Amino acid sequence: MDLPTASRRLVLGGGLALLAISPARATPEAMRAAMQGFAGGAEPRPGRVRLEMPTLVENGNAVPTTVIVDSPMTAADHVVEIALFNERNPLPDIARFTLGPRCGQAWVSTRIRLGDTQSVHALARMNDGSVWSASAELIVTLPACIEG
Amino acid sequence: MSRALINVPAKARKGEVIQIRTLVQHEMETGFRPLPNGGFAPRLILRRFECIYDGETVFAADLHPAISANPYLAFRTVATTSGEMLFRWIDDRGAVREERATIEVT
Amino acid sequence: MIRRRGAALALLLALATVATRVEAQDTRRSGFMFMSPGTQAMQRDDMENPGMLAVLDGAELWAKPAGTSGRSCADCHGGGAEAMRGVAARYPAFDATRGEAIDLAGRILQCRAERQGDAPPPRESRTLLALTAFVAHRARGMPVAPDADPRMTPVVEAGRALWHKRLGQLDLSCAQCHDDNAGQKLASAPIPEAHPTGYPIYRLEWQTTGSLQRRIRGCLTGVRAEPFAYGADEYIALEAFLMERARGMEIETPGVRP
Ligand code: HEC
Ligand code: HEC
Repeated sequence: MDLPTASRRLVLGGGLALLAISPARATPEAMRAAMQGFAGGAEPRPGRVRLEMPTLVENGNAVPTTVIVDSPMTAADHVVEIALFNERNPLPDIARFTLGPRCGQAWVSTRIRLGDTQSVHALARMNDGSVWSASAELIVTLPACIEG
Repeated sequence: MSRALINVPAKARKGEVIQIRTLVQHEMETGFRPLPNGGFAPRLILRRFECIYDGETVFAADLHPAISANPYLAFRTVATTSGEMLFRWIDDRGAVREERATIEVT
Repeated sequence: MIRRRGAALALLLALATVATRVEAQDTRRSGFMFMSPGTQAMQRDDMENPGMLAVLDGAELWAKPAGTSGRSCADCHGGGAEAMRGVAARYPAFDATRGEAIDLAGRILQCRAERQGDAPPPRESRTLLALTAFVAHRARGMPVAPDADPRMTPVVEAGRALWHKRLGQLDLSCAQCHDDNAGQKLASAPIPEAHPTGYPIYRLEWQTTGSLQRRIRGCLTGVRAEPFAYGADEYIALEAFLMERARGMEIETPGVRP
């Protein structure tokens, strides 16, 4: 059997479906604007934030995403807010999480949608106003044999 | 009909950091899904989640269409006192759904 | 007495060796084994498995009176944890009254219509998927044990014939992908062995729970073949064949698949 031909044709179906799903896409510029809005004048510094995501994504509809910020989470020194951004979905925002000393640890886990291979950014704002960042590059593959 | 799965440890020591996991049934319609007639299915997502425990919102989230269908959210909090934890989800239309769990803190 | 005990022991030992040998030779792998660690974790932990939402829906429906009978499933079948234990591992089964094979969802539709006196929910509806997920979850961890009724043999054989038939514009049979090329990649997706052990599944691609028939539909459209109508004999035959092929494998409902 000629699997390569089969794959090309099946991929074609998948590719078309993907295009239809994304009528408009955020741009790296839109993402940067959204990130600046969150940082509110502070310059995000790389560090203190860990963004755990698979590098090879099996299905972009549910990508396990965990953010951990290195912080004692005390009244004097804690994370106030964490935000997730993406480059190529229709909208740059993914979620914002409000935390405080009552969390004990700055640890959040969720599942996100990614329409395409792209980068995801996590920003964390501390109570002193400083903003820290991490990012991840992901390759999003499509399942074969999708409907329609 | 809408379900939620909530995982809170039944017991914890005072001051211990515990993990809370929530999974709630919701399509999280993005507003970007094309319909056969050429339009798009109107957006309807859960846009806010709150966890209220011991008199305070200890964790909250503002959600966008990029959160997966049947949203999963896990976070941590310090066990302070025995009692009820309230979990609240609010959708685009302002509809509120609440779930409760109890914890015993020793 | 002693000799008899000795004989029994020998037999036990023999059985044990046979069992280990069968196990050692059993190279069949559930679709679970082809998934990424992240997707596996989603299935393994009930708290993270979105398929459990359908099982919970089903548990509520199980106890809810419906139709002109005013009776719930639990009224007839029991409300305890033992109700429906292992039943799903035997389906599709032969329905003597109708004289044909019936799948689990079909059986539930039958009880809904004929015993509860309610309009049966459509195939792939949330109600039917929830009840099916609830019943199938009651067989989780148990080995697939197809119905021994000899009248199932022709059904399994019809399924086997379909499995080997070339279909669609791509002119491919199920067997060419799932027997001959299992473990290889199709585009970027690994080709699994197509075991029906996790159904109904939560498929990330669907973002919801769906049946084995819906899953097979995806493969049919994938080879550019016209899918059969939901509930069609072809699906029931394919499922009967797949269950026979998966005999002894563990039921995992609710499975999670990409
Ligand atoms: C061109 C190759 C190909 C053909 C032909 C094909 N399939 Fe598949 N099938 C796949 C792939 C690839 C997957 C994995 C799902 C994915 O990621 O898209 C799959 C998944 C499945 C599954 C899900 C298994 C699980 O673990 O839940 C079943 C069942 C299945 N196929 C049955 C069939 C049947 C029945 C036929 C024939 C009517 C068939 N397939 C024809 C490629 C194929
Ligand atoms: C009025 C009583 C009654 C109600 C209500 C009822 N059933 Fe049944 N059910 C039966 C009987 C009797 C059988 C056995 C029929 C047979 O074997 O031919 C059966 C068989 C079944 C079987 C097959 C069991 C097996 O071992 O093969 C399933 C599955 C089932 N019912 C599910 C349900 C579900 C789900 C509901 C609710 C939606 C339900 N039933 C409601 C009486 C009932």
